[in-house]
Amino acid sequence: MLEFMEGSHAVAEIVKRCRPQVIAAYPITPQTHIVEDLAQMVANCEIDAEYITVESEFSALSACLGASAAGSRVYSATTSQGLALMFEVCFNAAGMRQPIVMSITNRSLGAPLSIWNDQQDSISLRDSGWLQFYAEDNQEAADLHMIAYKVCEDHDILLPAFVCFDGFILSHTYEPVDLPSQEEVDAYLPAFTPYQRLDAASPLSFGMYATPEYYTEFRYEIDQALYRAKDAFVKAGREFGEQFGRDYSALVEGYRLEDADTALVAMGSICGTAKDAIDEMRDAGKKVGLLKIRTYRPFPGPEIADALSGVSTVAVLDKNISLGGGGAVGTEVKAALYGSGAAVYDYIIALGGRDVRKRDVAAVVDLAEKGKGDMFYGLRTEVL
Amino acid sequence: MAEVEQGCELFSAGHRACGGCGPALAARLLLKATGKNVIIASATGCMEVFSTPYPETAWGVPWIHSLFENVAAVASGIEASLKRQGRSEKVVCIGGDGATFDIGVLCISGAFERGHDITYICYDNEAYMNTGIQRSGATPYGASTTTSPPGACAPGGNPLPKKDMPAILAAHGAPYVATASIAYPNDFVQKVERAINTPGPCYIQVHTPCCTGWGFESGETLAMAKLAIDTGLWVNYEMVDGKVVKAKKVRRKPVEEYLAKQKRFRHLFKPARRDDVIANIQAIADANAERFGIDIKRKESSE
Repeated sequence: MLEFMEGSHAVAEIVKRCRPQVIAAYPITPQTHIVEDLAQMVANCEIDAEYITVESEFSALSACLGASAAGSRVYSATTSQGLALMFEVCFNAAGMRQPIVMSITNRSLGAPLSIWNDQQDSISLRDSGWLQFYAEDNQEAADLHMIAYKVCEDHDILLPAFVCFDGFILSHTYEPVDLPSQEEVDAYLPAFTPYQRLDAASPLSFGMYATPEYYTEFRYEIDQALYRAKDAFVKAGREFGEQFGRDYSALVEGYRLEDADTALVAMGSICGTAKDAIDEMRDAGKKVGLLKIRTYRPFPGPEIADALSGVSTVAVLDKNISLGGGGAVGTEVKAALYGSGAAVYDYIIALGGRDVRKRDVAAVVDLAEKGKGDMFYGLRTEVL
Repeated sequence: MAEVEQGCELFSAGHRACGGCGPALAARLLLKATGKNVIIASATGCMEVFSTPYPETAWGVPWIHSLFENVAAVASGIEASLKRQGRSEKVVCIGGDGATFDIGVLCISGAFERGHDITYICYDNEAYMNTGIQRSGATPYGASTTTSPPGACAPGGNPLPKKDMPAILAAHGAPYVATASIAYPNDFVQKVERAINTPGPCYIQVHTPCCTGWGFESGETLAMAKLAIDTGLWVNYEMVDGKVVKAKKVRRKPVEEYLAKQKRFRHLFKPARRDDVIANIQAIADANAERFGIDIKRKESSE
């Protein structure tokens, strides 16, 4: 049944139905509505969880790590500066193979301080070992949390995941969402069975240090688990489709790509705007399509190359900037398409909450088709 | 100690600590007190490194290390998880003085304020020993470390007094706070037993001399710990609900007897005596004695 609700509320409702046993979070805009909802659910006994009101994001993720190691399903949510404060724990949690699921309401990083949306925060943690899934709309944001728990807790994977959805643009926006019932979620997502846990009956040491004889092999195994997560995601996404009718089995998803000469590549809510813009361009006779990246980590390089095999021009919309090195997604798309013959251009766009309209998407396509790219789009040169 | 059989060690021999390591003895005594029904969360530091080089571990109980500064937050999560699962293990944090007095204060403050049922053990060897003897907030006034070396502009070495962590944690409302010393193993074990059986966050700071960092012979570790108490530079006491209820009394010796035996205080004697600095250190001991009432007067026992 479709209900009209805020993105944050939809996510909180679905997180509740995923039955986390320990929740630890610290308030930060625009993540607050999610954790406020969850705190109220705990207060109302609607959810059988411990809610730890930690004193920082750093402790939020640290507490989740401890709770997960002790055998509980855990949840946290953060964004922007909060995620930056978690940097050290992020690498640690992935290295310790704890299947933590954390919502990221994507927001820019200071300075200058900005509470508005781009994807700099989660993309800056791309090397941490976390899986990263990006949602286009509130329905997908909610659904991806169920898939994330299923993939992360798979004993062949055992990695943490960010479920990313754009701050304000999705988190504070009302859309119709179809929320599965508790029984339906239970049927999809079984109770958490830890691979190993801290247990006096079976003492194990977690988080030991590794000498040069072992460190490389630990990192290799984490890397391999990320690649295995591709298949696990496809399987979990297909099962989701079979049960709920919304299929998430694709790591990348094409929109009107058949016969397209030019393809946009993007992640998150900007894909919705791009689809509308593409419809208009198609009506005007332009052969344009979109490739949406759903899983930024593991990066679907071969899947992107396959999906864009017939395209001559590619325009990547990057809501981030690796300062001094170009857009992060564009850089990796270029590597994926190396040798394909396609001309690939990168556009730094929509930083710090700047709106992207359909005409901006069309303008990017025009620039790419004229061979102009690898640039900031829409720069206000008058304020420089 | 109830669950530990005679001769059974939950903290195994064969770890990589220096000969004469005070913290290693504290770990061994700690597990005698906790028995098997415990989960240990350890901060990065000497004890973590010498006890768990992969794939070897000295810990016969469940043990986790995450980072340097987050042990109290990790323990908060463990405690919440156990509570939710209805499990009975006690949760004990271990951190050195750097992890406890300095970099981990935020997480410790949060965990104590929230009232988690955890016991935090700080093994205090009074400097960052794992990285090569740098000054921490626990380094005593007058001590030389590699980042508080004596020199022409700083003849006394470390110019700052030791931070009063027990008082800080007592101020958080901790029901039980104690100091202990490996020189008095039964006292330390009893304090650990009391802490883990007291609901809420409890704190024990155990003095663990470091022969490498302080500069004394490895066979002198316990003697050095005892001398710290005998001079009044370390006081063993207990605080219940924020009030000092018990402090070990001594017939105090001059601090010079303690200082002269350690290379970290050598600059106070050579090339020239620094009577001013030694007098300041004596004043610290005198203040301790006054604050805790530890001086034995005539016809009085030592407890």
